[in-house]
Parts: sequence; C-alpha cells; structure tokens
Amino acid sequence: MNKKINVIRIFAGGIAVLVCVLLSLSFGSRIVPFDQVFDVLIGRDQGSFVSEVVNARIPRTVFGMLAGGALGLSGVLMQSVTRNPIADPSILGVNTGAALFVVCGIAFFNINLPQQYIWLALIGGGAASVFVYALASFGNGGATTIKLALSGAAVSIVLSSLVSTVMLPKSRVMDEYRFWKIGSIGGTGWTDILASAPYLGIGFLIALVLIPSLNCMALGDEMAANLGVNTKLVRGLGAFAGVLLCGATTAFSGPIGFIGLVVPHFMRLLFGPDLKKIVPMSLIGGGCLLLLSDVIGRLAGSPGELEVGIVTAFLGAPCFLLVARKAKVSAL
Amino acid sequence: MFSPCGEKGEGECLMISMERTARIGYKKRRSRSIRITLFLTVLAALLAVIMLVYGNTIYPLGTVLRVLAGEEIKGAAFAIKTIRLPRMLVGLLAGLGFGMAGYTFQTLLRNDLASPDMMGVTSGSSVAAVFCILVLKMSGSMVSFFALLSGLLTSGTLYFLSMGKGNSKGRLILMGIGLQAMLQAAISYLLQKSNRNDVGTAFRWLSGSLNGVQMEQVKGLFLVVVMVGTVLVILSRQLQILQLGDASATILGVNVKWTYGGLILASVFLIAFASSVSGPVASVSFLSGPIASRLTGKGKVNPVAAGLVGAILIMAGDLAGQYAFRTRYPVGVITGILGAPYLVFLLVQMNKKGESIS
Repeated sequence: MNKKINVIRIFAGGIAVLVCVLLSLSFGSRIVPFDQVFDVLIGRDQGSFVSEVVNARIPRTVFGMLAGGALGLSGVLMQSVTRNPIADPSILGVNTGAALFVVCGIAFFNINLPQQYIWLALIGGGAASVFVYALASFGNGGATTIKLALSGAAVSIVLSSLVSTVMLPKSRVMDEYRFWKIGSIGGTGWTDILASAPYLGIGFLIALVLIPSLNCMALGDEMAANLGVNTKLVRGLGAFAGVLLCGATTAFSGPIGFIGLVVPHFMRLLFGPDLKKIVPMSLIGGGCLLLLSDVIGRLAGSPGELEVGIVTAFLGAPCFLLVARKAKVSAL
Repeated sequence: MFSPCGEKGEGECLMISMERTARIGYKKRRSRSIRITLFLTVLAALLAVIMLVYGNTIYPLGTVLRVLAGEEIKGAAFAIKTIRLPRMLVGLLAGLGFGMAGYTFQTLLRNDLASPDMMGVTSGSSVAAVFCILVLKMSGSMVSFFALLSGLLTSGTLYFLSMGKGNSKGRLILMGIGLQAMLQAAISYLLQKSNRNDVGTAFRWLSGSLNGVQMEQVKGLFLVVVMVGTVLVILSRQLQILQLGDASATILGVNVKWTYGGLILASVFLIAFASSVSGPVASVSFLSGPIASRLTGKGKVNPVAAGLVGAILIMAGDLAGQYAFRTRYPVGVITGILGAPYLVFLLVQMNKKGESIS
C-alpha cells in the first residue's frame, strides 16, 4: 500500500515538472504552441525563428528549475534547523546581507561577473543570517517566530541603509544595483548554470546526508541526542547547506523571496512531516513554483516581463500571512 | 527591644519605612524624568539654532534673529527663510512625530523592535510616493498627500488582517512584516521600470531626506504633530497602565479596546503624516523610545521625551549628513546607520539580563 502511494507520488512529481517545463518553454511574449515546442526539442525543427525562441528559453528554464529547487530545499533546511515556521532566506536577512556585499563589490572593487558575485553573496548572506538568528535567540524562550521575524526586519532595515550609503554617491552602482536587487532568471545562461552547479550540488548532498538526523531533531534536541545525533554538528551543517543553496541562487538570479517559505509548508500539508518525503518534494515543488511564477511574470508583463522576484513576493506574502495566522500549519 | 518606631509593632514599622522609601524613590525618578526632559528640550533648541546659523555661509545669530523678525537682508533672508527655516522645522516636527509614534508602538506591543518602520506602515507611504515621483512625475505636497493616504490605507489593512481571536499583538507584528515584504517588492519593481534619471530622486525620498521641503508643508505637519501629540500625551497614563497587562488594566478602569485602538490610530496617523513630508527617515522611530527610556529611567518615560530624542536625532543626523562628509547624504542614511550599533547594543543588553524581546 505504502509503496503504491510512493510510486504515485513520484509519478505526480514527474508530471508536474514536465508540465512546468513545457509551459516555461512555450509561453512568453511570443507564445509557441506545444507541438512546435516538441518539434524543436526532438530536432525536427532547426534554424527557424520559433526554434530560436525555444532554444533561448531552455537555459532559463533549466536554471529556474535548479534555483527553485535549491530555494525550496534551503527553506526546508532552515525551518528544520531553527525549528521555526517562518525561517526563510528572505526573512533571515540573507538577501539584504548578500545585497550589501555585492554592492560593496560593485562599488569598491569593480566586480561585475556573477562568478565573483557568488562569493560575496555567500559571505554576506551567511553573516546576515547568523546575526539575525543570534539576535532572535537571546533572551527567554529562544528564537520564537515573532522575535525571528522582528530581528530579520530590523537587520534588513539597517543593512539597506548601509547599501544606500555605499550607493547614493555613485549613480553607476545605483543603476546596476536596482536591476540586481530584483530576482530575475531572465538573463541566465549555461555558464551561470555550470558555475552555480557545484555549490548547489554540495548543498544538496549535505541535505541528503542530514535527512535522518534532522528527522530525529524534529523530536526535540534532547530526544535527538538520546538517539545518538550530534545536534550541534547537524545544526551547523544544515544551516551551512541552507545558506549555500540560497546564497548561490541569490548570486546568480538576485534575491527571490518566499519560495523557501511557502513550498515546505505546502509539502508538509500534503505529505506529513517526514523529511524523507519533504526534501525531494520540496525540490520539485520549488522548481515548479519558480517556473510557474516566471511564466506568470512573462505573461503579465507582456510584451516585456515582470521579474520573477516580484511575482513570488506577491504570491508568497499572502501565504506568509496565512502561515503566520495559522499556528496549526506551522507546528514543527 | 529597641525599635525606631517606638510603640508601633515590627511589621507595621516595616510597612511605613517601605512606603516612605517607595515614595522617595518615586519622587526621585519623577524629578529625574523632568530634568532629563528639560535637558532634551534645551538640546533640541540648540540644534535648531545651529541649523539656522550654520551652512555654506555662516550667519551670526543677530542676523538670523533680525531675518526671523521680518527684516529683509539681502542673501540672508532667502537662505534662512526659504531654505534653512523650513528644513529645521520639518526636522524638528517630523522627529517629534516619529519619536512619539515609535515610542507608543513599542510600549503598546511590548517590544523594542516593534516600531512602525518594521511593520509596513512607512513602506505603505513609500510605495505611493515612489509611484507619484516616478510614474506620475509629481512633486512636493501632492506626493505627501498620496503618501499619507496610502500609509493610512496600509495601516487599515494591517489592523483588519490582524483582528481575530487570541494574541493579536504578535499577529499584528507578523502581519506587518509580511505586508512590508510585499510593499518592498512593489517599490523595487517601480524603481527598476523607471527612467534612470528619476531613480536618484526616488532613492533619496526612500531613505528619508529634508531636501526641498517648503514652508507650506510645515503648517500641516505642525497642526498634526501638535494635535496628535496632545492625544498621545493625554493617553500616556493609560498606556502605562496597559503595560501591566490587559486584565489588570481593565480592573484599574481602562477601556482596553478603545485605548488600544485610539493609540494605534493616533500614532499611525502621526507616522504616516510625518513620513509623507520627510520620507521614511530610517530607524528614528525605532531608536527614540529606547534611548529616551534609558535616559529617564524605565517606567518614567513620557512620549514628549521620546519625541524630543527623535527631533534631536533627525536634526543632528541632517547636520552630519550635510556637512560631515564629502558627499551629502540624506538624513535617513545617517540615522539608519546609527541603528546598527544600537541593534548590537540591544543584543548585548538582552544577553546580560537574559530578558526576552517579545
């Protein structure tokens, strides 16, 4: 019985991915019918205008899938590590931390290659998230939902003023920054995918290894320690992988919020709390959500496009409100 | 057995001496609070004078006074009356507004981090302002009007969303942060789609700046700050009682629901109006309350002291932003950076006391 459900789940996940990929390849300011997309994909149609359009959409789709999956997984990790329902890269200040470092890089060191952004974004995002979590966990009761949200907001505000300080005297930086600041997967190519792949791969592997230990930790730290889990190590590694996954994505696509928040909650609603199911399903779900948001952005902003970071914020913020209202969904 | 109270029993004697100590302590704290408030007033007045005197040309105090009295002195009249005076007045009034409103929020929600700029109220104003500047190409008081409208609308939405059973204060904070994220996305979108020449203006407005304020904006701000400020001062006693908890406040005769609503409404209006004129000057509403409370001693803060701290922060920040660095920074950038060490300080303090933020 259980196996049957597993098969169905995997099957459904696969179909969802296929549908999203197909939608992403066919919709945009020029809509390519599905049969023509197939023709291009199997190589029957080469050199025509339509094939150019579809081929240009392929790297973007691949990157969207990867980035969405990474963000979803990073949300799962951060929520399990902090045991806080609203832990998400955008709430934990990873985005503004990364932004500050990237802006400093653009302004002071003339850095403008994404391969160089990535380190800055990783360091900045990591530092900001550690700081926010530390700020929230002082005092009675540790890092409660409200304290985490508030310290995230406070740190974000302070960091954005630092960003303005660096940026205001230099209009060139201001111009580059306002484009980076909005998450978009429009400009990504194969080089970006290759450059981000190692970081995403390492993060994913760490997450896979940690699944059983994190499952134990859901029972509480003491129980997990009784079961032989080194809680500090697991927590540190989990946080590291979470920051790695979202930092690498942020460096290439800019900050894309709320996917890490929404997807794990949704998956937990559907499949229960077992991380063995949540981790793969969040990977798939995150990818699908990002691609769908991208498609919505392309259709809504036609003939230009609405960046995916804006779409996810508008889809995600109401979900955040729901999660915050309903403690039942968010119980971890 | 020797007893200092003569005929009276041991217990009664202890009661009397405790009561006396308490009363002395109360008087001491009150006089300290009054002294500090006076000191802050003097400091604010001093900064206000400096803002009129100091600039690219430094006018002697006598000239400034004569210009203010209505005398037409060539050059000085324009610089002081048209540029420096409105700048100083807006700094003073907006600072008072931010300080008082932030203090009220923090006290009401019992959380030092819960100031209006964390909770989307100011972002609501910002969205409308950026839209007006970038898309409709408006400027001046029209921008302020729409910023005010949108700030109030946002707060209304926030209040509506956070209603319901249970701990509505925590929910108010969370809803505010969620709303804030959404509004920030809208701001980013507007900034990105716009012409690059206008982006600078919008960025400056967003970080909060006193540049280009005009005398006609001062009148409205003055009225609002005075009226709403009076309401907040009148309600400050009830606010202190509310800190004991809703149940105790009800027993002590405070209408919790109405006081709560009235305080929130008043401070939201104040903050939306102030930020509609000066832009959302970062961290001022977040810093003023705690600084005032550290100066006057806990429990003896009054909204006026918090407001004065806000005014001092803005005026000093503006002076520093204009003249202390090679590039002229808007005041919000300076105050925003002041927020960083304060956050760390808050962290260390809480660590020491083991006290909870929420």
